[in-house]
Amino acid sequence: MTTDHGLNINNLSMRFDLPNGGSVQALKNVNLNLKSGELMSVLGPSGCGKTTLLNIIAGFLAPTEGEIQLNASTVTGPSAERGMVFQQGALFEWMSVRENVGFGPKMKGTPRGEIRETVDHLLDTVGLGDFKEKAVYELSGGMQQRVALARCLANDPDVILMDEPLGALDALTREKMQSLVLKLWKETGKTIILITHSVEEALLLGERLLVMAPRPGRIHREYRLPFADLGVDQDLREVKKHPDYAEKREEILSMIWDMEEEIMGRMEAQS
Amino acid sequence: MSIFTQLISELLGILATFVMVLPYLIGYVLLIMLTLGIWRIVRRFMTPKQDFGALKTVTFGDESAVTSNSAASVISIALIFVLWGSFTGSRWLPSVLHMPGAFQGEAGFSYTIELPDGSTQDATVDVVVFGAGETPPKLSVDEGAQSAKNDGVAIQAYRNKLLKWDANDEFSRKDGAKIIAINGQSIALDGEVFVPNLRVAVTPKGTLNIEPNKGVQMEPIWLPAPEAVKDRLVEIATAGFKNFMLVEHLGYSLFRVIVGFFFGALVGIPLGYAMGLSDWFRGWFDPIVEFMRPVPPLALIPLVIIWAGIGEVGKIILLFLAALWIMAIAARAGVSGVRISKVHAAYSLGASKWQIMRYVIVPNSLPEIFTGARVAMGVCWGTVVAAELVAAEKGAGMMIMVASKFQQTDVVILGIILIGAIGFAIDMLMRWAEKIMVPWKGRG
Ligand SMILES: Nc1ncnc2c1ncn2[C@@H]1O[C@H](COP(=O)(O)OP(=O)(O)OP(=O)(O)O)[C@@H](O)[C@H]1O
Ligand SMILES: [Mg+2]
Repeated sequence: MTTDHGLNINNLSMRFDLPNGGSVQALKNVNLNLKSGELMSVLGPSGCGKTTLLNIIAGFLAPTEGEIQLNASTVTGPSAERGMVFQQGALFEWMSVRENVGFGPKMKGTPRGEIRETVDHLLDTVGLGDFKEKAVYELSGGMQQRVALARCLANDPDVILMDEPLGALDALTREKMQSLVLKLWKETGKTIILITHSVEEALLLGERLLVMAPRPGRIHREYRLPFADLGVDQDLREVKKHPDYAEKREEILSMIWDMEEEIMGRMEAQS
Repeated sequence: MSIFTQLISELLGILATFVMVLPYLIGYVLLIMLTLGIWRIVRRFMTPKQDFGALKTVTFGDESAVTSNSAASVISIALIFVLWGSFTGSRWLPSVLHMPGAFQGEAGFSYTIELPDGSTQDATVDVVVFGAGETPPKLSVDEGAQSAKNDGVAIQAYRNKLLKWDANDEFSRKDGAKIIAINGQSIALDGEVFVPNLRVAVTPKGTLNIEPNKGVQMEPIWLPAPEAVKDRLVEIATAGFKNFMLVEHLGYSLFRVIVGFFFGALVGIPLGYAMGLSDWFRGWFDPIVEFMRPVPPLALIPLVIIWAGIGEVGKIILLFLAALWIMAIAARAGVSGVRISKVHAAYSLGASKWQIMRYVIVPNSLPEIFTGARVAMGVCWGTVVAAELVAAEKGAGMMIMVASKFQQTDVVILGIILIGAIGFAIDMLMRWAEKIMVPWKGRG
């Protein structure tokens, strides 16, 4: 079923041809619909095609089969309506924090005064009001990811794609950033797809949670979860005390464990 | 003899030289250790430095704990000057530090001749050794009453002189007279004896070869004293050298480097960008660049001289070629080194290709380009000096080449010092520019 609004992924497959003549089926027959304003987290063992999926949505890769539609138009390449937040190292270190955040509007030719306003507002929102003129390499990892979030939001995209955005942060910073992501989601009402390796993060930051399985990369299971909505105005530590939380966590953890063991078993059988 | 045996014999000669030099090297290392020991003792009486490094217990093997000790640098440079002054008898050093110099002043000896009839006679030789540049003193010698007459001779320091002792004698070598002793020490043809401050030898033909003691100092023609170099600097700076002022010589060298480098960068950077951004350009220029890169610019000098002559154009073409490949490779590396996530991020933020180029690829490549520019400037400076050694009317290299032909060692050493100082200054300037222009280098 497809709708005119939101993101539609139709029968998507991706095969990488390897130089040695072989090929890797990174994705096979992936179907997915995201309504506008939905927050979806994606989990899965390493190599199951999460990054590949995100790169295809972003338009950096063309799928071998199937197509992606955003608001009823087919994705053919990268564009400003699909913003990206990378794990790290995607900020422009030759620009100040302000210039980084204002990059998107500047490319569009937005008047300076307007850019200034947007940037000031966004940096205040992510808590970097005092760091606007700093160089990005002077900031900590957590602050840099705040800049990356603000930079993405400054462009006002329809969909925000995040590939392990908090993966390089320490546990404490990470928790603060998780709250920030929820806050921004609620405030802006953006459609967000967030890839993570942490089951807890996937539970907390997913209105919908997608578990993918490898070889070939495919959707294994999907959950609808209440925790993201709860986390919007609650302390995340309180959310974790929710009776369903521990149960879901165990369920998903063992699911991923099983997949990992299967992979290991297959590798052993091969060798 | 085959090339192989030739090379082996060359190698043996080199090894022999190395073995001869080895004790000096070891002595130098021991001297370094000695100063280290002294420094440690001195430091014990000073307040210990209070930085983090002082609290590290593991320093051996911790690269960050090894910073250049500036005391050692100062001592090392001072030692070079002390050694230099000591072996050249510099006026800047107290004479206790001087190595024994060449003998100057009055000396003498007596010789004994034997006549065919078996009788012997004695006569004396007065020797006056005078310094280079002094006028040889006139000697007045009392020839004495005996038939072997006394002689006198003036010799310049570091030179030797043959003395026909029998020229004024009543019996000459033709008559069968021959020297049998010097200062009472017996001597035969082709023998030698040492008397105070002199070495006296008898040549196979029977004349005397008198050589004043040379000491262990260097003759100015090999190594002038530091003050001589300084005096020469003042002289050349005010009066010029070979028709051109010192600033002209150095200015021309610098001018060639800057212009050659500028055009090299002007062509090389876009070339590198093209190679980094287009597979066709990469394929087109890869073989050319990869071939030209290992060709030392010096090897191009003959060809450039044949094609463009020895004027400015030839030199600038040479430096252009020296800088071109380095800059092209640096720009190519700068473009290929861009993190794909930065480019992806820029596309997702709505940047066009041109905007990606302007705001991402160019700034991202600047650190590499600056590193390349530093290397290129160093290579250009070395190349220009070498090119001027081969052929030039003015320039730092020409200065030392011409000076060496006239044995003006002080100019040669002065030139080397100036060339080194300018090269060092260029590198410092490039580092400084790098710090100002690309503060984000290595921090992405
Ligand atoms: N450019 C490529 N060429 C060949 N194979 C590729 C390429 N990109 C990805 N793959 C393969 O596709 C599969 C999925 O890769 P992908 O990076 O999407 O996994 P992932 O789920 O993001 O893994 P991780 O959790 O480690 O980031 C892997 O087996 C990978 O080896
Ligand atoms: Mg990935």
